[in-house]
Amino acid sequence: MTDVRAGGDADLLASLASSVISRARPDEQVEAYVARGGETEVRVYKGDVEHFVSAQSEGIGIRVIVDGRTGFAYAGTLAADAIEEVLAEARDNVAYGTVDEHAALAIPDGVAVTPQALWSDDLAELATEDKIELAKELERLTVAGDPRIRIDDANYADGWSITATATSTGVDTTSRENGCYVTVSALADEGDETQSGYGYSVGRRPDEIDLDKAATLAVERATRLLGATKPPSGRVDIVLDPMVTASFLSLIGGTLSGEAVVKGRSLFRERIGDQIAAPGMTLVDDPTNPEAYTASETDGEGLATRRNVLVADGTLQQFCHSTYSARRAGATPTGNGVRGGFAGTPGAGAIALSLAPGDLDQEALIAMVDDGVLIQSVTGLHSGVNSVSGDFSAGASGLLVKGGTLAGPVREFTIASTLQRMLLDVAAIGSDIDWLPSNAAGMSLVIRDVTVSGT
Amino acid sequence: MIDTDVVERVLASALAHGADFAEIYAEDKRSTSAGYDDGRVEQLTSGRDRGAGIRVIAGERTGFAHTADLSADGLLHAAGVAAVAAGKGSGASASAFGAPSASSDRAVLIPDAIGKARKVALLARADEAARAAGSEIVQVSAGYGDSRKHVLVANTDGVLATDTQTRVLFRVSTVASGDSGMQTGYESFGRTSGFEAFDQIDVADMAAIAAQRAITKLGARPTPSGSMPVVIAKGTGGVLFHEACGHGLEADHIAKGASVYAGKVGELVASPLVTLVDDGTMGDEWGTLAIDDEGNPTRRNVLIEDGVLTDYMWDLLRARKDARRSSGNGRRQSYRHLPMVRMTNTFVLAGNDDPDDIIATTANGVYVKMLGGGSVNTATGDFVFGMTEAYLIENGRITEPLREGNLIGNGPQVLRDIDMLGDDFAMGSPGTCGKDGQGVPVGTGQPTLRVAALTVGGTAA
Repeated sequence: MTDVRAGGDADLLASLASSVISRARPDEQVEAYVARGGETEVRVYKGDVEHFVSAQSEGIGIRVIVDGRTGFAYAGTLAADAIEEVLAEARDNVAYGTVDEHAALAIPDGVAVTPQALWSDDLAELATEDKIELAKELERLTVAGDPRIRIDDANYADGWSITATATSTGVDTTSRENGCYVTVSALADEGDETQSGYGYSVGRRPDEIDLDKAATLAVERATRLLGATKPPSGRVDIVLDPMVTASFLSLIGGTLSGEAVVKGRSLFRERIGDQIAAPGMTLVDDPTNPEAYTASETDGEGLATRRNVLVADGTLQQFCHSTYSARRAGATPTGNGVRGGFAGTPGAGAIALSLAPGDLDQEALIAMVDDGVLIQSVTGLHSGVNSVSGDFSAGASGLLVKGGTLAGPVREFTIASTLQRMLLDVAAIGSDIDWLPSNAAGMSLVIRDVTVSGT
Repeated sequence: MIDTDVVERVLASALAHGADFAEIYAEDKRSTSAGYDDGRVEQLTSGRDRGAGIRVIAGERTGFAHTADLSADGLLHAAGVAAVAAGKGSGASASAFGAPSASSDRAVLIPDAIGKARKVALLARADEAARAAGSEIVQVSAGYGDSRKHVLVANTDGVLATDTQTRVLFRVSTVASGDSGMQTGYESFGRTSGFEAFDQIDVADMAAIAAQRAITKLGARPTPSGSMPVVIAKGTGGVLFHEACGHGLEADHIAKGASVYAGKVGELVASPLVTLVDDGTMGDEWGTLAIDDEGNPTRRNVLIEDGVLTDYMWDLLRARKDARRSSGNGRRQSYRHLPMVRMTNTFVLAGNDDPDDIIATTANGVYVKMLGGGSVNTATGDFVFGMTEAYLIENGRITEPLREGNLIGNGPQVLRDIDMLGDDFAMGSPGTCGKDGQGVPVGTGQPTLRVAALTVGGTAA
């Protein structure tokens, strides 16, 4: 495998993609998505490297549409014989698809790419020893944060990717990006009790990594749960920590997928123009914002990304559309084709969500709550939230709020409501916006009248 | 896949920098998947993944690199990268390979030899059956998947093993719509087997079950909140043990003291009713494999016997450090991933209670017919798992359906609170267990059982 750290071979991938689509027959639409990527992961434990992973991958996915029938194939290699086989398989698979008049590849729509600095040479050239040192320093800082703290693991990771997308309908784009992050999982012990806390920091360049922030987060989140009890059941107000809000927004983003809408699986289909969230809530999907962890110049179909206001002042404005979902909905593609890699075809979804932040920091939001819980973390969103029915139930841990100030720690309880109600019950949005390693930004959020189930 | 002399050269070169151990894991995998949604075959996908991961251990440090290039040059390059990453240990030389252990692939009908039209026909059949279940069904999605993977594992301890792993999977999701909004239903089936697995089941029956689940929930009432007895139907509750204690019995968590079960071997950690087994050799179950992803034969490992913790699960790395044998639980998602301690098929053996009595003796509580996924914090033991089909128990009888929600509990406490165990038993739906970003297929199973008190995470008082 060629070493592409210098990144010069976006052109090589583009020419590979072009050569595939140049073979499209007159009755075929052909798309080639070619990707190369790599990652480094360093895990440190007790001052030593526990493992060092250096991984590179490459692959191609080819989509062929003939008379409304779609076939797809992929291979995890760019060897010439494999590409040949992938094209043949994709063509063969076409025969088994059902005719869908809306099936189509993206067509360049004139929206210009917002240029962004998504590649850092500093990161691409960072020496192995420096990566190891970042993880070791993170472990040292975390352990030093509190005498009750020990480490589960401390990690440094980075990744790069270069992709090229070309279609016989005129799309011809490339992307090149890299990024790095550190994470630490800390354990706090007191007597027989152990609590855990997680900290992180992300950056496009190594100098954007904030080790102190990551260490402090992990230490605080683990130690403040020591002595946690199970709270009483009842309906209370909750304050979501930014990490939890980011997960909540990702779920909401899922319900605004154009694909979910056209297939009748969205809670909010046929609700454009309706008040679906509390006044003051403005939800934007904006991959052109360079602060977003998932910022990108083009979407998974090769169209320019753009800023889309999904909810304005509580009113639903539009959905996130791919070429397919837009055609079917009679809407315009919004640059929201999302693709997990070369092994799949694009769906429709949010890429970089954020709420318009409010004016108050978390402390001020807590002061608004008389009887409630600050939710530090949630679990089981994959098992207890149904984005079709809207039922929401999650395991949680956090701190009680009494009379506007933080009280004792609590754990082993659930919070429950519905996604529809939670959006309408948002009482305040924090100013503490944080771009997490997620497709949504976090900030503190106050939600009224949520059921806590504990003792 | 790779000639033995090339394997020997690559392992020798991986040790050349003074490492203690080296391993090659190579795979060549072909897969097919087909998705049916909204009344149409959306597309048929063919996939090919081929490559090798090279792991080198020196002292406490593991170096790992992988490549999609299975030529001698590609493998030697990756071995060099992994060796540099691992650094210098006390030095070792490669042992001669023992007799190659080639495992038997039990698949009869190789998926690649089955016509694509036959696979797609299953989807249309499921769609039709789900829609026929009731006019409330407004959407159906069905998926078919198969994969066949050739694996070669070799290491400097003399292991040389090959295997062929074949799996088939089918799933149906439904949406029902009514005055109360929309509800969903799901049913899935997976086997470590060839296409002949579809002789065991009719996808139309699966579809009808998935449809009925969604329709039933249209009439569901809000799920209660608070602590109460919970009865879990046979088969579906294995995920409770997977989360409540399975992960906490993985030796990597134990070694770091990041498990509530560390240091508890020989102690009573569960109700004496509970005997928990992890068994990778189990027929054609979803978590079955002849050798684990480190080349060790899988085994039947008893983890908890009559409530007493007997052993943890081990991979090669943790077993080396403790100078013992691996329990055959070293697994990885693909050649791009490092192996770790993972479960295979994890289940609780049947007890002595009549399942009907378990419900009849429960005054008020919740009956869970089908669980969804779950997750656990091994350090605290707190875990959650979702109910996708549940009913209220009132005065010893199953009454109304409930909306979806999570249950939350603490592993060691819940294991002690199991107070009735049925004389029935079933394995559950195919699962994908996630750990450290890697997913592997796992099976779970149990008899009907009751937990005296679990926190139910609904919205009703």
